[in-house]
Amino acid sequence: MSQIQLSNLETIPGTKITKHLGLVQGNTVRAKHLGRDILSGLKNIVGGELHAYTELLTESRQQSTSRMMDEARALGANAIICVRYSTSSVSPGASELYAYGTAVVVEPL
Amino acid sequence: MTALGVFAVLLVIGFVFGRINEAAHFVDLNRREARLSHMVLSSSKQVPSGAMDTSFVSGNVVVSIDYYKRILAALKSIVGGEIGSYQTLLTRARREAVLRMAEQAHSNGANYVACVRLETASVFQNEQGVGSLEVYAYGTALKTDN
Repeated sequence: MSQIQLSNLETIPGTKITKHLGLVQGNTVRAKHLGRDILSGLKNIVGGELHAYTELLTESRQQSTSRMMDEARALGANAIICVRYSTSSVSPGASELYAYGTAVVVEPL
Repeated sequence: MTALGVFAVLLVIGFVFGRINEAAHFVDLNRREARLSHMVLSSSKQVPSGAMDTSFVSGNVVVSIDYYKRILAALKSIVGGEIGSYQTLLTRARREAVLRMAEQAHSNGANYVACVRLETASVFQNEQGVGSLEVYAYGTALKTDN
């Protein structure tokens, strides 16, 4: 599996864009589960970081990123530029993580 | 009567632990930020010339407000105005997320993070409207000569 370079800049420094392949995207909707919820109920009293949710969202974001990368790979790209993320609450207890960017072919300068 | 007792206990627990947690977090943030003071963070798309070794870096954190501050904020929202309790929570969360991103950049051998973007979202809200806040920071880590 070829490596896809990611960047949220408009270029990838040290390379030249030779081809634009258009928008690629990936998303995932995740719900929290009960076990994590009980612990977070406690955290809602004392405040502070909810490590379980931080991990859950990191994993989910990785999944939406890898879906975006799969799409880029299918188009024959080797990099994605202008990567942006967006998070939204779609229903009580569930969140959507969305990643999008522009698939390009880059060559070393 | 019991309900009032539970409410009072939660309020005290929230106040004490919330305060301790917050103070400890700020100390930890200051220490870690000082260690990474050489890292340049920029929200600009411009990249210094001669930059190389690009890598995508990110950091996130999910935080929740304590019971005492939540009640305080609820009371404050009756009269309006600035809600200080949420403001410190968001400050902590943002600094933490940015720091995690910078730490990832550091472990990638970078000394510059360009195009830093921050995103704040309310996540996993339950039926009572009590939810958590997520802050996500991301950017492009680079290595520059100077």
